[in-house]
Order: sequence, then C-alpha cells, then structure tokens
Amino acid sequence: MARVVLNQITKTFQNQKVVKGIDLMVPDGSFTVLVGPSGCGKSTTLRMIAGLETVSSGEILIGDQLVNDLAPGKRDIAMVFQNYALYPTMSVYDNIAYGLRNRGTSKKECQMLVEEIAEIVGLTPYLKRKPSQLSGGQRQRVALARAMVKKPKVFLMDEPLSNLDAKLRNQMRVELTSLHKQLGSTFIYVTHDQVEAMTMGDQIVVMSEGDIMQVAAPLELYQEPANLFVAQFIGSPAMNIVSDDEKSKSVWGFRPEKAQLVTDAVSAAPTQDMLTLPGKVISREILGSDCLCHVETEKGRIVVKVDTERAVNIGTNVHVTVPETQIYEFDRATGKRIIRTEGMQAHAMAGGVV
Amino acid sequence: MRQVGRTAWKSVEWVLLAAVGLVFLFPFLWMFLTAFKTMPEVYQFPPTWWPESWQLQNFKIAWSSGPFLTYVLNSIVVAGGILILQFLVAVPAAYAFARYRFAGRSWLFGLSLIALMIPAQVIFLPVYVEMSHWGLVNTLWALILPFGASAFGIFLLRQSFMQVPDEVIEAARLDNASEWKIMWTIMVPMAKPVLVTFGLFSFIYHWNDYFWPLIMTNSDSVRTLPIGISMLKAAEGGKQWNVIMAGNMILVLPILVVFFFAQRHIISAFVYQSK
Repeated sequence: MARVVLNQITKTFQNQKVVKGIDLMVPDGSFTVLVGPSGCGKSTTLRMIAGLETVSSGEILIGDQLVNDLAPGKRDIAMVFQNYALYPTMSVYDNIAYGLRNRGTSKKECQMLVEEIAEIVGLTPYLKRKPSQLSGGQRQRVALARAMVKKPKVFLMDEPLSNLDAKLRNQMRVELTSLHKQLGSTFIYVTHDQVEAMTMGDQIVVMSEGDIMQVAAPLELYQEPANLFVAQFIGSPAMNIVSDDEKSKSVWGFRPEKAQLVTDAVSAAPTQDMLTLPGKVISREILGSDCLCHVETEKGRIVVKVDTERAVNIGTNVHVTVPETQIYEFDRATGKRIIRTEGMQAHAMAGGVV
Repeated sequence: MRQVGRTAWKSVEWVLLAAVGLVFLFPFLWMFLTAFKTMPEVYQFPPTWWPESWQLQNFKIAWSSGPFLTYVLNSIVVAGGILILQFLVAVPAAYAFARYRFAGRSWLFGLSLIALMIPAQVIFLPVYVEMSHWGLVNTLWALILPFGASAFGIFLLRQSFMQVPDEVIEAARLDNASEWKIMWTIMVPMAKPVLVTFGLFSFIYHWNDYFWPLIMTNSDSVRTLPIGISMLKAAEGGKQWNVIMAGNMILVLPILVVFFFAQRHIISAFVYQSK
C-alpha cells in the first residue's frame, strides 16, 4: 500500500507533448480513475507510473520512493491490460505464478499463494487450462489473479473491462470495487467511459489533451464541474450549453435531467428564478423509464431528460424551464466556471429570452 | 448448376495435386524399390516395378562398405551442432531486431538479409582459408562453425517475434522478468511452430549437405553420411545401383521419420492462423 505522487510530469513523443506537466496526488488506498476521451494522455500517464514509458520530465513517487529510473518489475506494482496480455503458451497456473517465480518465491509458497488467489477469483477448476480455452470473463480473472498474487502496493488498470460484453462488464465493475475494499490497496484505473469512472472511483481525474481538467469525488464532479469540458464530459447525456449572443463573455449550461418541459396548453408563466426557452420537440429517444426529448430552440438544440410517462410527442411546441439554481456559468474564452455570487448573470439571461 | 461447377473444379484440383504429388513421389518410390532389387534386375530392360525377391542384404553391403556408424554419428553431431548453435545465435538476434530500437538496426538487418542471398559456394574459399588458419580443417568444427549464424533463421524468427503483442512483453516486464527470461520463456514458446520448421529445414539441409563436408574433410573419421554414400558409387566394378539406393535409404530414413512427427508444426507455421 502506498500513495502515488506525480510532480510536473510531461511526456513528449517526437516533439509532440502528450502529457503536459501534470501534478497529481493519488492517496494511499484510494480508487483513483483517470478518465478522458481517447488521446488525452491518460494511458500514457498510467504507463509512466508503471515504468513502461520513460518520463520526459518531472518526478513520480510511489510511497516515498522516487521511481523515475526504476525498472517496472522493481516498482512493486501490478498492471491489468485491456487485452489481458496473458502468456498464451502457459497454463493459468503458470500465468499466475510467473511473477512469483521471477521473484524467487519457493515452489511451495508459490503453490499456496496461487491456489489462494484462484479460489478468490473463482479459477480453481481452470488452473490447468491454457488461456485460449477460457472465455473472455475468465481471461479477465486470470489477468486480475496475476496482478493480485503479487500483493503489489499499487494496482494499475488500463481499460480492463472494455473487451467484455455489457452484462459481464457491470458484474466485473461491482467485483472490482469490492475487491478494492477487500484488499485496501491503491488502485489507479484508466477508462474512457465516464459511467465506469463515476461508479467505481472515489477520486476521479478528468483529463483532456494532456492536462488535468479536474480532480474530485464523483458527486462533486457532477455537481460542481470546474470547467466546460468537465461539465460536458461527465453526465449522460451531456450538459446543454446555451449562450445569449456571440458577443457575451460567458455561456450557460444546465443538465438535461434538471430541465423540464412545459407544454403550451399549460400556462408557462415565466417566474423570476426560472430560465424559460420556447421551442419545438424534434425527436425523442425512449430509454425505458426515461425519455430524451430533443428540443429546437432559438438558442440551439437542447436535450431534456423526462419521465417516459410525461414524454411529449414530436412536433409539440413546448417551453423548456430550468431552475436558476441549476444553471452553471462558464467563461466563453477559457471555459472556466464562473462561480455565481448573487445569480445576477442568470437573471439577465432569463430576462433576455422571455 | 453451381454445385456441378464446384464439383468439376474440385476434381481438377485433385488431378493437379495427384500429378504434382507423383512427380515428387516417384523418385522416392524408385529409390525404395531399387534398394531391394538384385543387380540383374536393376539393369533389366524393360525395367520392372517390383523386386522378385526383397534383397535385404543390399543394406548390409552398403552399411559394411565403410565406417557407416562413424558417418551417421558425424552427421548427427554436425547437423545437431549447427542447429543448437543457430538457435543460440538466431533467437537473441531476432529478438533484438524485432523488439529493440538501436542505431544501425535496419542497416544490420539488411546486412543479414544479404547473407541470406549469398550461397556457400561463393565464399567457401575464404572460409576454407579461415578454417585452415585456425587449424580446424578436417575436424567437425569446420563443418559446424561456418553455419552457426543463419540469416534465414534470424529473418524467420524476427517476423514471428514481431507478431507477439507488446502488452505480453510488458506484462512480463512488470512480472520482474529479465529480457533474457522473456526471450526464452515467453517469446520462444510462442514461436514454436516457426522454430520447429526452421529447425527441420536446417537439419535436413545440413544432414544432406554434400559440398561442404567434401571440401572440408579428407579422412573417414570426420566424414558425414552423404560423402559415405557417394563413395559407394566409386566402389570397384559397375555402379551397384541397388546398393547405392540402399545407402540412400539409410540417409533419408531419419529425415522422413522426423518430418512425419513435425508435420503438424510445419503446417501451422506456414498457414495463417487466426485465434
């Protein structure tokens, strides 16, 4: 168990900076998720922690030890890869035992440890099989067992669930979180899937274009996004962004699930603390209990998430109303969140629309 | 209609395969049958297919016409020694070419490909001089050392090593395996079909090699089987084809046996497999 600290880490590939000087503190025992669109530098960051990529500049500390020049095998970490990366010619047993043997663990202890781990992840009946004779989910478990058996200080996981089907993925998500609780080790988990990040992480690091956008707990990330990027990346469907006009210095955002549709039949009396936008429903997606209505307004297209029972037919004229407290304001140029003090800005906007 | 067309095409395929097969099989069959004939039968015209009585003594004559046991042992030591040496050189070389970036890599690899294109006959003179400088002429070393590094083996293994996913090697590095260990415990087992195939090609080539032992040796104690067989031809009197063919049988039998067992690997090395 150990914390991981990154100090001003950069990575340059052929004159291209893919990680642009990030500072990050991964607390001991945390489940930290690095999330971001592909190409944002999250995997590169993880690989630098693992020692599979060299660090262009900056420092990486695992525990209190500077590991910049330490070989991957000496860092006391374990990694689970997206495609599992099992040794195809070895049996499940040998796959799990390989790291222990390289460490010089005695044969007897090796067997004890492998059998113990196999029992935990439910692989005991398959120890003699080759990876090619296992299903995707079982291979995933071998990869996990191979990491767990070494009892590392830090677990690194690079999109470990993306090769699994949806059902198995949900199941493994739960298993991984409970495994984390059980082991108490530090987990650093990379994913592009914000749902995975929100459900599993206790600290989420949102990255974009080689920079960290925000580091926060899931709920805080959702409720208090630090900038436009985080606001739109976290939450599904993405936050609606509207602006007053091209010249205004800021833009406004609100979440589809916080808005409401008011049909013209009902009087949509605009109140002082509501934003109201008139528009027309142009399409809708039924997700089951919820329904996404796409509304064309003069401020652009807006998505509203409503209860399916209250869904509105296509072509209906509606008013989209949003409580003022649910409106976020961002600087148009920098994308940074502007923390509202008195709600004056939103008033101005609401007034402008109605 | 389509079904008929497919059947017709299959038949054509079969006929072609059978014809090609016959071309390759016939010499073997003729060698096999001749090895059991008597002298008059060999020279009989028109030739007959089957020997009237199977003459096992041809083998005895061939075997006892020279120190054949020595030849066989020498052949095994030479072909086996070359094989081991080639593996020891080709595996690390191929691993380096496939997995490391170092200055002059492509240049060096090009150089080893050139070696692939130069036949032994072109450079035998300088190699002979080299061996004689080292005092190795007329020893088994002169038959083994010049073939210790196989450009073909390096090339074949490099291709196969390049197909191993990076993550597997990275996983091994995280498992604290040294490069040496990764090479021998991860890469080599994954390249097994290619290794078996290459090993077989190399073994057959050097087992059958006539030219090199001929120029490098001049005494029976270091000669190999092909030289011994060819000396059957030089025996006094007319050419005893039946005895020569019996000698050839002794020569090819081990290879046929090895080939029979390695077939599966050879096919999997040359046929694209998707997993």
